[in-house]
Amino acid sequence: MTAITAKRTSERAARPRRRRRRGPSAYAVLVGLAALAGIMLIPFVVVVFNALKTPEEYTEDGPLAPPGGLHFDSITDFWERVGFGQVLLNSALISGSVAILAVLLSVFNAYALGIGRVKGRMWVLALLLLANTLPQEALVYPLYYLAKQVDLYDTRIAVIIVFTVIQSAFGTYLLSSVLGTFPKPLLEAARIDGANRWQILWRIVVPSVRPTLSVLMVFFFIWTWNEFLIPLVFLVSQDNQTVSVALGVLQGQRMMDATMSSAASLLGLIPTVVFFLIFQRTLARGLTAGAIK
Amino acid sequence: MTTATTKAAARTGRGRRERLAYLPYLIPGLLLFTGVIGVPFLMNIYTSLTEWQGVGTPKWIGLANYSELFKDGEFWASFQHNALIIVGMAIIPTALGLVLAALLTDLIDRHFGPRVASVLRACIYMPQVLPIVIGGIVWSWLLAPDNGAVNELLKAVGLGSLAHDWLGDPNTALYSVVGVMVWIQVGFPLVVFMSGLQRVEPSLYEAAEIDGASWARRFWHVTVPQIRPEIFVVLLWTTIAALKVFGPIYVLTKGGPGGATNVPSYYSYTNFFDKTDVGYGSAIATVLTLIIVALTVVFLRFQGRDLEEDR
Repeated sequence: MTAITAKRTSERAARPRRRRRRGPSAYAVLVGLAALAGIMLIPFVVVVFNALKTPEEYTEDGPLAPPGGLHFDSITDFWERVGFGQVLLNSALISGSVAILAVLLSVFNAYALGIGRVKGRMWVLALLLLANTLPQEALVYPLYYLAKQVDLYDTRIAVIIVFTVIQSAFGTYLLSSVLGTFPKPLLEAARIDGANRWQILWRIVVPSVRPTLSVLMVFFFIWTWNEFLIPLVFLVSQDNQTVSVALGVLQGQRMMDATMSSAASLLGLIPTVVFFLIFQRTLARGLTAGAIK
Repeated sequence: MTTATTKAAARTGRGRRERLAYLPYLIPGLLLFTGVIGVPFLMNIYTSLTEWQGVGTPKWIGLANYSELFKDGEFWASFQHNALIIVGMAIIPTALGLVLAALLTDLIDRHFGPRVASVLRACIYMPQVLPIVIGGIVWSWLLAPDNGAVNELLKAVGLGSLAHDWLGDPNTALYSVVGVMVWIQVGFPLVVFMSGLQRVEPSLYEAAEIDGASWARRFWHVTVPQIRPEIFVVLLWTTIAALKVFGPIYVLTKGGPGGATNVPSYYSYTNFFDKTDVGYGSAIATVLTLIIVALTVVFLRFQGRDLEEDR
């Protein structure tokens, strides 16, 4: 406590502007916000508590009591029941492929639109924006039908292709505006040195927007990881399902008891919390480095 | 200078050839886009004008699906439910996020230091990290009627009489879903608004404070006008997300009980895959698309006018 107070005092000393009287209302606001933060976190705590309980413990003590010990039974039960390793791998494979392919496609599109200034580019961009706001409900049945026609139904490839296109709409839009401001003298200089367009793209353009590309990659990865409707429709066999689909389907069938349900929730949320912690810095760094000087 | 060069280049034949040379880079994107979005989108409009079970040849029936839709009470009800979902996913989170962002930036950050503010922000943002389906699963279990955590909590604090089958009772199901959506969504506007408020000159607040403006007045006359662009974007983004809501409905209620939480998105899904009334489902999806596109255009207009007035 003293340490905290000391620290605060030193912080306040460092910033004279902050040296102000904290009225009782400021404390009231702090307490209120801390309570709100607590409420937001309670569901997470309850999930962790119950994922670590045995079913007997749950029926005896109810959902609010902390677990008596660490029981990983319901977690391993659930893991084996859905083949969670495979499901996790599917999600990683689909999201990872989409992140890479969609960024690649966005780079090609944006190179033609932003630097090449291809005729009618405003129309292309407007179309892409439209595609981005389109509800997937308006695409899902025809896509399902077409996938069946070309034998891609219930394959991860189909989901990868669909999301590569959907995500690249946003990527193209963003990158085109970034590349629209690309310094022309740099391109001229490279051309005089005898570089062709392909070489200019990979040696000049891509390196200079790399921070933006890595931010896009993170976005695409997380967005694809969180997708539900199209993967739900496309991936019917358990071997192909993503984390969200596998858990959503089990939940929809009302087949889980309480501890297994919380184990499922815990396993579903751990990967995303991990991404959040890993990617947080990329995002913060990338967004500030996004502008080309 | 650069624009002058490009314009000059465009006038010559060399410039036109130059531009054509970039065309190959656009071809894979255009082909994939046509196959994955363009063709399916047109197919959807076509099937909405037919009667089709998903197999065999679609039978052309013109606008019959739409006129049926117009008379379908379930369809209108699903839109009313969606209006409430918009309140829960867009309006409440935006309003709440605005107040919280202002409190955290204006009061907590300045009185208790930026670290306290960023810890509180992270806590409130946490649910946004979850895939929305997982958030739904967490809550369907917390809200379970027999020894679900919410009911147990109510019993523990002596309010056992309020314990309820939150998602199973048609009277409370929709409000429960709205509550869950607020929990999921509020972090998004908060984070966007807080980063927007970084732009605001601290001297503006100080000046207002010296003039004796109350916190509420500072909020209304300094904070809100300063981050108006962010408010527009967040409202548009979250409203569109609310119109597309599917995952949470699927895991929380499956549109039930008795259609009490049905939304257009889920309604089209059941028509596609449960009732195999593909034509009717396509008509619902097309109406939903029109609404979303119209909303986007209106918002962008408003935003454009707003920016011009500022200038």
